Amino acid sequence: MGKDRQSGHSCRIVGRRRLMASGACSFLLVALTARANPSGNVNVESWHLPRLAFTMTGADTGQMVTAHDFLGKLVLLYFGYTHCPDVCPLTLHNVAQILQRLGENAEGVRVLFVTVDPNRDTLPVLRRYTHLFAPEIVGLRGTADQLAALARAYHLGYSVTPATASHPYEVTHSSAVYVFDKTGRARLLIPSLASTTPDIAGTASDLEHILHSGTGGLLARLGQLL
Amino acid sequence: MPDAPILPRTTSGRLPACQSCIPRRRRCAVTVLAALALGSSLILPRAGRADPPVTVLNSWFRYIIPQVPAGGYMTLKNTSSQPMVLTGASSAACGMLTLHRTETSGGVDRMVPVAAVTVPAHGTFRFVEGGYHMMCMNPVMHIGQTVTVTLTFADGSRVPAPFVVYGVSGPSGSAPNGAATGTKMKMPM
Repeated sequence: MGKDRQSGHSCRIVGRRRLMASGACSFLLVALTARANPSGNVNVESWHLPRLAFTMTGADTGQMVTAHDFLGKLVLLYFGYTHCPDVCPLTLHNVAQILQRLGENAEGVRVLFVTVDPNRDTLPVLRRYTHLFAPEIVGLRGTADQLAALARAYHLGYSVTPATASHPYEVTHSSAVYVFDKTGRARLLIPSLASTTPDIAGTASDLEHILHSGTGGLLARLGQLL
Repeated sequence: MPDAPILPRTTSGRLPACQSCIPRRRRCAVTVLAALALGSSLILPRAGRADPPVTVLNSWFRYIIPQVPAGGYMTLKNTSSQPMVLTGASSAACGMLTLHRTETSGGVDRMVPVAAVTVPAHGTFRFVEGGYHMMCMNPVMHIGQTVTVTLTFADGSRVPAPFVVYGVSGPSGSAPNGAATGTKMKMPM
């Protein structure tokens, strides 16, 4: 214990090698008390977050992808890793249920599963893993700098601590799922979908609202230029 | 020194069931003791280590692909008046199999290794998604199969339990992409 760990209020920021963005805890505590929808999801429009921006390698193609490639789609962003046997598959299973509930509208949605453990998560493993849950889920793998930049922008936390003689390999990651509209604007924060009793209908309703909130494809393209 | 008595043998080389080297009087005593032992085990099935008072219910794995660990879940039910302490698990279908719990703090999830879990007297303990779980490091299984996990308790008892192997959707079976029947992906690894 100890090491690089530090406490802030009731939550703990963990980091040893790469650090999650400072303030992630206080940010998420704010999230819990901010404007919540009946589903429990938090409207983040007033948080002045930057538009979605990243460059990483897409597991589907093995090619570099950027946020620009997802303009015109509603985007869900989640940090996880494939060696996570509990909360990651539970979250992605619930995401798949939400997509199923959206029906044809799911075509307008992409889910970015960003690995926080790129040393172990190869592109082929990421690709097979994500597509087992839903075809709309895209695995992304970045360099340390690319991952850190995305995490910092949205106050998402993660850490990887290699194994030692006394401590197993440890990975931590934020529970939250961010939702960006077709223009890349952050609209919603889902505090966690790692639950056996998720509000699938409520969250699907929130996403439908954002999907139909009047930002068309052309506006999405313009939005990226601004 | 007199020769040992020659006993008739069956074609398999075994002694006939009704014969033995034990004198008749002693044979009677052995029979009585055996009957008593059998009787006590029927009357008090949970009195000894050989038959621990823990039953395993709703046990299953979420199997994804061979390269990533499978999560294991179950409910342990203790019918005795003594707490039972689970200290480990093993399975030929897993390579290493360890106990963990998910800890969420400040919106960040992490897995914490667990050394032991106490099932209270006359109580239950649940390994459930988002909480306590088992990590099957190198799963060798397929969806629809039942694999055996052996649970080890602090008193030395071992309880084998059948675990049903589900896909990504788990027992709910409601995932949209046929996870319960396997992958639709055609991409080679």
